[in-house]
Amino acid sequence: MNAAFAKVRLYWPLTKSLQTGLLLSTGLAGYMSARCPVLHWTDLLGLALSLFMAIAGSTILNMWYDRDIDSVMNRTHHRPLADGRVLPNEALRLGLVLSILGVGMAGLMDSLYGLIVLAGLFFDVVVYTLWLKRRTCWSIVWGGISGGMPILAGRAFGLGYVDGVGLLLTLAVLFWIPTHILTFSMRYQDDYTAAGIPTFPSTYGLAATRATIAVSSVVAALCISAAGILIGMQWGFVRLLAVLSAGLLLLGVASVFRPTERVNFGLFKYASMYMLGAMLLISLGAL
Amino acid sequence: MRIAILDRILLLVMCLAAGYQIITGVEGLAPVPMIVYTVGFGVLLVAGLLLIILGFEALDSPVVIVVSTVIPLSLSLGLVWEHCSACRTPYLVFVIVGFLTVLATRLLPLRNRLPVLVLAVVHGIAGLTIFVLPVLLSATGRARPGFGLVGVGGALIGVGGLLLALLKAGKPLVSRAIILKILPGLLLLMTAAFVAGFALE
Repeated sequence: MNAAFAKVRLYWPLTKSLQTGLLLSTGLAGYMSARCPVLHWTDLLGLALSLFMAIAGSTILNMWYDRDIDSVMNRTHHRPLADGRVLPNEALRLGLVLSILGVGMAGLMDSLYGLIVLAGLFFDVVVYTLWLKRRTCWSIVWGGISGGMPILAGRAFGLGYVDGVGLLLTLAVLFWIPTHILTFSMRYQDDYTAAGIPTFPSTYGLAATRATIAVSSVVAALCISAAGILIGMQWGFVRLLAVLSAGLLLLGVASVFRPTERVNFGLFKYASMYMLGAMLLISLGAL
Repeated sequence: MRIAILDRILLLVMCLAAGYQIITGVEGLAPVPMIVYTVGFGVLLVAGLLLIILGFEALDSPVVIVVSTVIPLSLSLGLVWEHCSACRTPYLVFVIVGFLTVLATRLLPLRNRLPVLVLAVVHGIAGLTIFVLPVLLSATGRARPGFGLVGVGGALIGVGGLLLALLKAGKPLVSRAIILKILPGLLLLMTAAFVAGFALE
């Protein structure tokens, strides 16, 4: 029993639990935005489990492929794969098993839902990680598309079809991703340069990156707010969503006109809290 | 001074209370009070989140003085709009002129006492309005007794605003360490008083 717990403790960091949790929350919010007020707890649990396995699986495959990069970056060299605590083959097997189980379960629950989960996994592992991440800084667009798949999948599972609101929510996540990733790549620019990974800051400079962050924050906030209204969220929740969006916009603008490391870090953290808060509001507001 | 876990928890509870007020507390009001209360509690919420994320160093930003003016101005405007219809237009003019003057005295490189004076007048009038109006309405029976709690919130916002403003002006009443120690608790008490007061209106 102790050995099993030790393995779980060792494997858990491979899933990037906070990132996986955030993406999972978008999937659940997408579902709740469609199915409320009638909740189906078995569907909700199945959705959570299948999405968790698919997202965690693709994250582990990403970490398996990028272990050489992780080992030369200060921020990531202590990760279990990079420092040798987990063997590459072990991680590869775990990533494949979780991915297959996640996509398989999703497909059994609903074919459209399974297809969208599979698309998310394909964009993340094949297009983003294997193909583009080491070639172009624009790979984040594909990372963003894969990041938008859980919310689209959740809503499509709830409705049985893909609708405009689902696409709007996907766009919101897609445009939120640059705020998250680019502030991160600015903070750890030296690390990425050492690893030879092209990033927006190293390709286009800091000013252009900050402008991109500000614009994408505006678009993400507009998309989430519009989706909230179209979903039929109660006005109180829309008001709170508008307040949180205003905070994101102000920080985005501040990062352009008063750029400091503190503002950049604040924007990165706020963007994560904003997405989690927005997903909670979409879930609760549709009740 | 590093922000402690307890401070972060107090600020998080404060943010939740402000969020609750935005969602349910202003429902059914006329458009102007609804908007200005949303702005007031919204600024409080976002400021709380930034303090949680960035720590007390966030208070070093020059924007803090202008942003902290928005809270009493918006809340007092909402109260006046709801409960003193004869004063609506003059008070709206005061709020707009007051905010723009605070903004201008912060943007312009003035080396005299005008910025502090403007800040004291604007904060003073807005804070007194939030303190006096609910207490007066409760005392005269024109509002339920619980509404007087909004006045308590007004008093607390006055204390907090004064401490922060004088600290930023370089003439603190008490040390920075003491102010930062009591600030999260003060913000939570203030927000709780507002939320409870408006609920008992």
